[in-house]
Amino acid sequence: MWVFDWLNAFPPLAVYLVIPVAPLVGALVAGFWGWKLREHAHWAPIIGVAIAFYLSLAVLWQTGHGVAFYGDVYTWAVLGHLPVSVGFDIDSLTALMLVVVTFVSLSVHLYTVGYMHGDPGYARFFSYIALFTFSMIMLVMSNNFLQLFFGWEAVGLVSYLLIGFWFQRESANVAAIKAFIVNRVGDFGFLIGIAAVYHYFGSLDYRTVFAAVPQVTGQMLEIIPGHPVSVLTWIALLLFVGAMGKSAQVPLHVWLPESMEGPTPISALIHAATMVTAGIFMVARMSPIFEQSATALSVVLIIGAVTAFFMGLVGLVQNDIKRIIAYSTISQLGYMTAALGASAFSAAIFHLMTHAFFKALLFLAAGSVIHAMSNEQDIRKMGGLRKVMPITYVTFLIGSLSLSGIPPFAGFFSKDLIIEAVGLSTLPGAGWAEWMLVAGAFVTALYTFRMFFLVFHGAPRMDAHTRAHLHESPWVITVPLIALAIPAVYAGWAYIGPVGLGHFLDSSLVVAPQWNTIGEIRAHWQGAGAFVLHSLETVPFWLALLGMAVAAWFYWLRPGLPATLTRFLSPVIWALQRKYGFDAFNQTVLVRGVLQLGALFWHVGDERLIDGIMVNGTAREIGKAALSWRRVQTGYIYHYAFAMIIGLILLMSYFVVWRG
Amino acid sequence: MTHSSLLSYAIWVPIIGGLLVLAVGDRRAEAARWLALVASLAAFAVTIPLFTGFDTHTAAMQYSERVAWIPSLNIFYHLGIDGISLWFILLTSFLTVLVVISSWKNVQERVAQFMAAFLIMEGLMIGVFCALDAILFYVFWEAMLIPMFLIIGVWGGPRRVYATIKFFLYTFLGSVLMLVALLYLYFHSGDSFSLLEFQKTPLGMSAQTLIFLAFFFAFAVKIPMWPVHTWLPDAHVEAPTGGSVILAAVMLKMGAYGFLRLSLPIVPDASHRLAWLMIVLSLIAIIYVALVAIVQEDMKKLIAYSSIAHMGFVTLGFFVFNSVAIEGGIIQMLSHGFVSAAMFLCVGVLYDRMHTRNIKDYGGVANVMPVFAALMMLFAMGNVGLPGTSGFVGEFMVVLGTYQVNPWLAILAATSLITGAGYTLWLFKRVIFGSVVQPEVARLKDLDGREVLVLGTLAAFTLLLGLWPAPFLDIVHSSVQHLVTQVSLSKIPA
Repeated sequence: MWVFDWLNAFPPLAVYLVIPVAPLVGALVAGFWGWKLREHAHWAPIIGVAIAFYLSLAVLWQTGHGVAFYGDVYTWAVLGHLPVSVGFDIDSLTALMLVVVTFVSLSVHLYTVGYMHGDPGYARFFSYIALFTFSMIMLVMSNNFLQLFFGWEAVGLVSYLLIGFWFQRESANVAAIKAFIVNRVGDFGFLIGIAAVYHYFGSLDYRTVFAAVPQVTGQMLEIIPGHPVSVLTWIALLLFVGAMGKSAQVPLHVWLPESMEGPTPISALIHAATMVTAGIFMVARMSPIFEQSATALSVVLIIGAVTAFFMGLVGLVQNDIKRIIAYSTISQLGYMTAALGASAFSAAIFHLMTHAFFKALLFLAAGSVIHAMSNEQDIRKMGGLRKVMPITYVTFLIGSLSLSGIPPFAGFFSKDLIIEAVGLSTLPGAGWAEWMLVAGAFVTALYTFRMFFLVFHGAPRMDAHTRAHLHESPWVITVPLIALAIPAVYAGWAYIGPVGLGHFLDSSLVVAPQWNTIGEIRAHWQGAGAFVLHSLETVPFWLALLGMAVAAWFYWLRPGLPATLTRFLSPVIWALQRKYGFDAFNQTVLVRGVLQLGALFWHVGDERLIDGIMVNGTAREIGKAALSWRRVQTGYIYHYAFAMIIGLILLMSYFVVWRG
Repeated sequence: MTHSSLLSYAIWVPIIGGLLVLAVGDRRAEAARWLALVASLAAFAVTIPLFTGFDTHTAAMQYSERVAWIPSLNIFYHLGIDGISLWFILLTSFLTVLVVISSWKNVQERVAQFMAAFLIMEGLMIGVFCALDAILFYVFWEAMLIPMFLIIGVWGGPRRVYATIKFFLYTFLGSVLMLVALLYLYFHSGDSFSLLEFQKTPLGMSAQTLIFLAFFFAFAVKIPMWPVHTWLPDAHVEAPTGGSVILAAVMLKMGAYGFLRLSLPIVPDASHRLAWLMIVLSLIAIIYVALVAIVQEDMKKLIAYSSIAHMGFVTLGFFVFNSVAIEGGIIQMLSHGFVSAAMFLCVGVLYDRMHTRNIKDYGGVANVMPVFAALMMLFAMGNVGLPGTSGFVGEFMVVLGTYQVNPWLAILAATSLITGAGYTLWLFKRVIFGSVVQPEVARLKDLDGREVLVLGTLAAFTLLLGLWPAPFLDIVHSSVQHLVTQVSLSKIPA
């Protein structure tokens, strides 16, 4: 395309290098000179990310025309005899991720100008989100496991910094630490997985590793003696532990709801659209490994489906608008994970993409609501905002319809494709998984429209002061909403062919013939229109409509009903409100257990046993011994003379008797 | 070689500089400070040619010097370095400059003596890293204890007497056993004290085992390994900031260096035989000590325990006997030199202002010291082992190398990913984040230019080693390959 032609004058590597470096420079400028730039601190990050977005579009356009790149930038280190480099793998999957990441990032940057206006940490915030964009770009562009892990942990760091952005708040600090440590539990598995890759493949480079998969297939190992497992299953499961942490899959999901302590723009950027999808991206990237292990795929499928259904249920009882969307994010990530398990990698990436648009949209619209509500986040205290905030209302409705999977909005296509693919899967547990995902369609529509009706319809329930200040948000906030609403509408039918069915992604993904679910759907494909018509005869569509209807009935038309119903369902609600007890278990058993163990090791192990008995005890004993020995040193010459004579006699008798 | 007296310069320039500073005297404190700065810079400058002229393709000793010292006993003034020693010499001379600068204002009593102690200690520590004669090694090894003993004992905190005695006795008892082992080797190597000669001497398994254990006590105390580690938190708590920096960054490395220079090449069979013991103790350090670190209430104690846990990676890496893990251990030592030094300096910055090390007395420091908070965040991330910082490289390589031997060892070691994040971030949260509660905190002043210079330099190295470890590893590569070969060959006489 003519707008990208001038880039051909430069070596490709230089162009690719600018993509991560431009946001990094923006981050450094905002970080180092933010105190001077103050309210102008956003320019460098925005320009940096805009450059990255433009170049990402160029890369997408190029890969669409068959251009690919695989090469190194510099050698990070030589490990033993193995050089490990920082390098790029530019293919269709990377290009697609780049565009999604930089597009959402740019929208969020613009939105932040309005949302964070006047915050004392304005420059710091921009520095962080530009740094995040850099890290995420490094992650998706990587051509090796080391750089992947670098990006992986770097986005975790920025997430930690941003959740705790308002560092005066105790709750934000606790949430930040929780996010970091739970992610580290995942990274722990991930790191061991990388060590296993290094051990069995002798390389950390994607191409070398993927090319060697046939040689490793069939190799077994015994982690627990007597229980052989296939090497590839072991590696795939370890890598998936990493994905579970980052993509918030049960039981490592506990950090994501709490991450809502951070400012809303980052909830949209990091904890909905991009970072949390890193796990999905990683598994898709590793498809050559996962496809060789039915066990691993089965685990991925079940974990995904369980997360999708059960975390959606928790979303039903939340009252904080951001937490509802957070549980919805966990649930939608579950859908993507389930798709990975069903080998429908392209469907997972497709849902990742549509979700990035409609979920970022929902979060930013929620932020607009929170802004108008003077920082109130409880939906029970909202209501009737439809009239005051028309743009927010319409865009939020588009996001909600998309999330609920109503045709022709984007979310419908990606979600329905996932359910179809899982339905075709022959893996153990696929039947259960399909039912959970289908039932999840009802749950999703119910919690989404519960929130929607409570916020925008019905009688206003806020106090008079807040009500007097209600207003539609300024253009810096509404323009990104509109920008994101556009793909939330059309991205589904427009891209289901190239992305969802994988025509565009084929070169990046490996699918084994025995579970080629997407291939089957492709074989019967008759176009997006037929897909919609077909869905009208299937259960998920009607369940989604039912969910919307129930939400409308309960929370708009008959607001008294939920209270009556709560009484009948109290045990279920009790469990849901406690989020199945994950937090309680972690707090009382794990956190307290670790602290008590640490105190035990310190006070008993170090202080009493080692210092008390070994060190000071030895000192005491030596002291006592010295006291008794001191009696020998009487100071009288005849005592010493006597001792010398006795010694002499003993020595002489030794020589005479034994040697003589 | 043309520049064959470079190592002598590296040792004696700081020592002579220290003596000159002593001669200036405590009365003229400002002059003593400036002279100490000049001397430390000169001492750093003479170590740079060691790096620029270093030949990375050989494992042989470079810059060798050999002069008869006590000819009747075959004792030589024999110096030489390989890739394993080089970084620690540079680390020592580099950090001494930073210590001099960072102690500029917070030491007001006996300034000349204080600065002189550090300069003399620098020379002695460099001596340990380049001595190739056993007696010379032993003399440097013991002599460097004296300045540190004085630094803690004279400029230390309220319980300094207990701490110094504990420190001295522990390390001294260990070294005495090492002396016995060295004497035994002298008699068995044809009356030579040359460490290189020792490496060639055939030895039976039982002799090797005893020698290994004797070395073990000397080195394990220094590192320190569990269960002979309890002197370190006490020593750190009582030591002045500069003392803590050198103690953590350089002195702890002596023990690890000893394992590489003496234990592994001199008694390889015993090293293999007792590797299980080393691995178990290393894992205890990584897991048990990390848990102890979590519950500490004193900032310095917490960092001291975290040091022990980090050194666990070093010894673990050494005793799985492959080059990736050993190089990882060495890089971990170097990284710990930067990160722990910086962490202790950060505590020093706070202590200078508040005169307390209790975590409870802080909170909300980021509100008043944003520059400090940003720098300390970077070092905290180094401590956590985040990729991109130096802390990651060593741990990553050790986990990779250890997995080759046994996945379970790697799994246990990698728990530090979680525990390290736990104690570091919790410390950071309690000290730096939150709102200001204590009125003293509200009056804190952010870093001055001198402090930014010191911490900024360390920050640069933490990032450099993390983002581009290749040049650091290139230096050690040949020497480690050679060492791996040495350890794999049995020395038991046929």
